Amino acid sequence: MIGFLVDAAMLLLGVTFDVAPIVIVLFAFQRFVVGRPIPNPRAVVMGLVYVTLGLGLFLIGLEKALFPLGRSMARQLADPVFLGVSGGGAVGWEHYAWVYLFAAAIGFSTTIAEPSLMAVSIKANEVSGGAIGVTGLRVAVAIGVAIGVAVGVLRIVTGTPLHYYIIAGYALVLIQTTMAPRGIVALAYDSGGVTTSTVTVPIVTALGLGLASSVPGRSPTLDGFGLIAFASLFPIMAVLAYAQASRWRASRRG
Amino acid sequence: MLQPLVRTLRDSVRDLAPIILVIAAFQVLVLRQPIPDFLDLVVGCACVVVGLALFVRGLEAGLFPIGSMLADGLARKGSLPWLLVFAFGLGFGTTVAEPALIAVTKEAARVAADEGIVGRGADEQDAYALGLRLSVALAVGFAGLVGVYRILRGWPIHYLIIGGYTAIVVLTWFAPPEIIGIAYDSGGVTTGTVTVPLITALGIGLASSIRGRNPLTDGFGLIAFASLTPMAAVMLYGLIAGAMGRGLG
Repeated sequence: MIGFLVDAAMLLLGVTFDVAPIVIVLFAFQRFVVGRPIPNPRAVVMGLVYVTLGLGLFLIGLEKALFPLGRSMARQLADPVFLGVSGGGAVGWEHYAWVYLFAAAIGFSTTIAEPSLMAVSIKANEVSGGAIGVTGLRVAVAIGVAIGVAVGVLRIVTGTPLHYYIIAGYALVLIQTTMAPRGIVALAYDSGGVTTSTVTVPIVTALGLGLASSVPGRSPTLDGFGLIAFASLFPIMAVLAYAQASRWRASRRG
Repeated sequence: MLQPLVRTLRDSVRDLAPIILVIAAFQVLVLRQPIPDFLDLVVGCACVVVGLALFVRGLEAGLFPIGSMLADGLARKGSLPWLLVFAFGLGFGTTVAEPALIAVTKEAARVAADEGIVGRGADEQDAYALGLRLSVALAVGFAGLVGVYRILRGWPIHYLIIGGYTAIVVLTWFAPPEIIGIAYDSGGVTTGTVTVPLITALGIGLASSIRGRNPLTDGFGLIAFASLTPMAAVMLYGLIAGAMGRGLG
């Protein structure tokens, strides 16, 4: 019981340090630069208590649920017995089909359910004067992320260098930028953030690291990261591509 | 205070639900195995859902109103130095408190310790994770500062993207291989629950208070730049930590 209380106190203390910088910035500016007292101090104090407790609980859940879930899925899906190669035969990248499918399913389902993607789609529809469909864009981005995460997993399995993929991806984004409708560019760039929600990131990270330690010959630090990078690159490409396709379609019709 | 909490609870359930559904489907249909440590997982998921809901609700009630009011006020007041300091502080502060970043740097420190890149002790791991987090936070602060300056000057956003991209290509060449993966991932992590709303509020406030700027095309675009700079910063951190003879671990 004492041990538990000490742990809880340490956790809360740590969380307080995490929250402190933004609180200090906001309060200092409000007080000394704008020179006004804090409006509605009771709500602010309650808010800070919520933030601190919430972050503490989230960190407990992280260790108890999100990390273990990602790790155990990686371990089970890459298990030689499950793959049917326990007889000692060589394991090729093609044996991991379920892993790719799992990654794609995670990418698709979390993206399609993401409320901020809805907001981006509505804005894109406005900017383009209706040429870009709201649902179409959402589905396009979700498929883009599904492909992205699956390719990211394939990269972990094969152990090819991450930076080749990402550098090539951004080069493609830059080329797309020169051709896309100008109004959509900033919006597309921001859409990279929509797929990386606070719940998705830990599970996907643990999945990648778990895979890299289960697949023979891979190292977690060298090969295990990168899924988040894929998941935030592919929406940008998908939005730019979809915008361009919509314009092309519209110009052909008109 | 209670009614909105129900809404944020529903939101965090919706965040978690697709993942749980996919995992459950695979567990039952493909793996045909019972879920290991089931009770722990249920308790943990409950912690995640309640924790995230409280966290978001607290931000909305306590910090976001001040943040967007300040962003708006400073943008109107037009004091450039304070605006830049504010943009930096906002980017730095929100990133330090970003739950996803805390998660990823924890995992990074754990695997780095497993492979002997940093010491195995809890203190050494914490120091490594904190170093990563501070590098990312400084980078997002810098991105906020440059992003605000961009809106004032009216630079096209893709110039910044090309600049950041070039820096990453060059740094990838020199950085220690074991830092590259985490560096690339840290870019996507910064665009989370805390950072996006506050940075976006600042961008929109600025773009709508300057004549000739369109909030839709000028106010946004910061997020992509804010995910390029952390990649560069983490690689720099890896270079510096490496040069100090693993002294930071």
